[in-house]
Amino acid sequence: MKWGVVRFPGSLDDADALHALGEVLGQDAAMLWHKDEVLGGAECIVLPGGFSYGDYLRCGAIARFSPIMRSVARFAAEGGLVIGICNGFQILCEAHLLPGALMRNRSLAFVCDFVTVRVENAATPFTRAARAGEILRLPIKHGEGCYVAPEEELRAMEERGQVLLRYVDESGAASDAANPNGSMRSIAGVANQGFNVFGLMPHPEHAVEMALGGEDGRRIFASIIAGAASAAPRVSG
Amino acid sequence: MRARVFVTPRKGILDPQGRAVEGALASLGISGVANLRVGRYVTLEIDAPSHAAAEAMVKRMCEQLLANPNIEDFRFEVDAR
Repeated sequence: MKWGVVRFPGSLDDADALHALGEVLGQDAAMLWHKDEVLGGAECIVLPGGFSYGDYLRCGAIARFSPIMRSVARFAAEGGLVIGICNGFQILCEAHLLPGALMRNRSLAFVCDFVTVRVENAATPFTRAARAGEILRLPIKHGEGCYVAPEEELRAMEERGQVLLRYVDESGAASDAANPNGSMRSIAGVANQGFNVFGLMPHPEHAVEMALGGEDGRRIFASIIAGAASAAPRVSG
Repeated sequence: MRARVFVTPRKGILDPQGRAVEGALASLGISGVANLRVGRYVTLEIDAPSHAAAEAMVKRMCEQLLANPNIEDFRFEVDAR
């Protein structure tokens, strides 16, 4: 499957995403430059973590205006798969490709840790290789990961199953103590209404090798790969 | 024309930064402080044909970039000349 990882000025996890996809998972993954407008025939676009444009103004607020984001928005509108990790999630929210926004962590501290998240909806292109209710152990590292959206929007998103991942404790229960950043409803990852755009704060690309502490991130990538194999994928221009 | 834009956390949205600063003020021994919110202040100069046109430009800037309508409110002032 063909993947494109977008490198913005200030991206940090772009090379790790490429490594996870290409070296570890054997995918055909290429780096895309934020000033380009072609997506190179990728079937899934990855917006990686980092500090695009130095997090100036708000995280992701400037990256949204990179030329490639016009192509990413068009690709998403046509049903193409887009996954935004950490800063990529922030960019997708700022670009209005996902609902809500990510604010400063409740603790005001940068959090770098392993967390456990529960798969809330396993019937999506990003989670189909997992079981509903399955608990994944993934790393997080962010200062602005507190997910916020208007209450009525949150209710509608929950009803539609757009909340894909929620922070929980090891027994699978959501609680204040298990919520690392103060996110509303302990939300760790959300999809758009078309379920082809997904943003999450945890880093699946940093959890594909036991040498790095775990492999649960493979569930997310395996889901996307399985979907591409079973249906005619949408290919970007 | 010169414009000043004030961006503040939307009412009802938790502002952990404001809360921390409020706590620090209490540590300083300054009491009687409540509802402290930390926002962003932007100044800019605009070349526009009229005051109304300048206001319309600043409003558009705020809505599309300077503030995030999900979490922030804004207000602005444009100098008469």
